[in-house]
Amino acid sequence: MSDLHDISHRPDLAPGDVEGSVTIRVLGYLTGLGLAILLTATSFFVAGTDLVWLPSIPVAIIVLAIAQMGVHLVFFLHITTGPDNTNNVMALAFGLLIVFLVIGGSLWIMANLNQNMMPMDELMQMQR
Amino acid sequence: MAAGAVARGYDRHLVGLADAGHEGPAPKRIVTGFGFWIFLLSDIVMFSCFFAAYAVLLGQTAGGPTGAELFNLRSVAVETACLLLSSFVCGMASIAADVSSHFWFQIAMAVTCVLGLAFLAIEFREFADLVARGAGPSRSAFLSAFFTLVGCHGLHVSAGILWLLTMMAQVFAKGFRADIRRRFLCFALFWHALDIIWVAVFSVVYLLGSAA
Repeated sequence: MSDLHDISHRPDLAPGDVEGSVTIRVLGYLTGLGLAILLTATSFFVAGTDLVWLPSIPVAIIVLAIAQMGVHLVFFLHITTGPDNTNNVMALAFGLLIVFLVIGGSLWIMANLNQNMMPMDELMQMQR
Repeated sequence: MAAGAVARGYDRHLVGLADAGHEGPAPKRIVTGFGFWIFLLSDIVMFSCFFAAYAVLLGQTAGGPTGAELFNLRSVAVETACLLLSSFVCGMASIAADVSSHFWFQIAMAVTCVLGLAFLAIEFREFADLVARGAGPSRSAFLSAFFTLVGCHGLHVSAGILWLLTMMAQVFAKGFRADIRRRFLCFALFWHALDIIWVAVFSVVYLLGSAA
C-alpha cells in the first residue's frame, strides 16, 4: 500500500526532462550520438553498396531509419516507458497512428489506382 | 487483527487517492512541455502528409531528371552530420541550463547555431544548384514534392535558429528564470524533433529516392 501511495504522489516528467547527475546525462547523450552515427553510416553504406541483395535495400533503409528515430526519441527526447512518462507516450502513440494511416493509406490507395486504372495520358488520348 | 490491517491499508489507500485529488494542476513546466510535445506531434503529422505526397509522386518525373541523377549523397551526408552533431550539442546546452552554467550554455548554443547554419548553407547551395540546372520545383510533380518536403524542413530549421538566438539573448539578459527555462525546454524539444524528421528525409527522400 505504501508503494501505491508513493506512486500516486510521484510527479510526472515533462517530455525532454530526465533525472540524474551531469556525468550520467552526458554519457546518455554520447550513447545516443554513437548509436545514431552507427545507424546513419550503415544506412548510407547500404544505399551505395551492391554487396547485399538489391531488393532488400529499401527495406533495410526504412528499418534503419525507424531504429534511428527510436534512438533519438529515447536518448535525446528522453521518452521512456516509465510511469512518469505515460502521457507523453500516449500522445506519441496517437501521433504515430495518424502518421501510419496517412502514409500507409496514401501509398496503398495510389498503388491500387496505378494497378487498376489506365495511365492518365492514355485516358486523355481516348477522350479526344 | 488481519481484518484491521486490511482496513487500515484500505484507509491509507483512500487517503492517498484523496490527496491526489487535491494536488491541483501539474507543475507549469510539465503542462508547457506536454503542450509543446502535442504541437510537435501535429507538426510530424503534417510532415507525414508531405512524405506521403513525395512517396506517391516519386516516379512522376514528366520526362525530367530523376532523383538518382540529381542527388549528391556526399553533401547529404555532410548535412546529416551537421544536424546530428547540433542535436547532440543542444543536449549539452540542456545540461548546462539545468546546472545554471551561463558559460557552457552560451558556448553550446553558439556551436548548435553554427552547425545549424552550416546545414542551411549546404541545403541552400543544393537548391540553387538544382534550379540552375533546370530542375526547379516547377519541372515535375516529383520535384514539386521534393522542394515542398525538404524546403519545409529547411524553413523549420531557419525558424529554429531564430528561436535559438532569441534564447541565447534571453538567458544572457534575464538569466535562468523559470519561464526562460520552460522556453528553452520547448526549444530543445523542437530542435531534437527536427533531427528526427531529417532522419526520415535523408532515408526516404535521398537514399530511397536515388535508389528508385
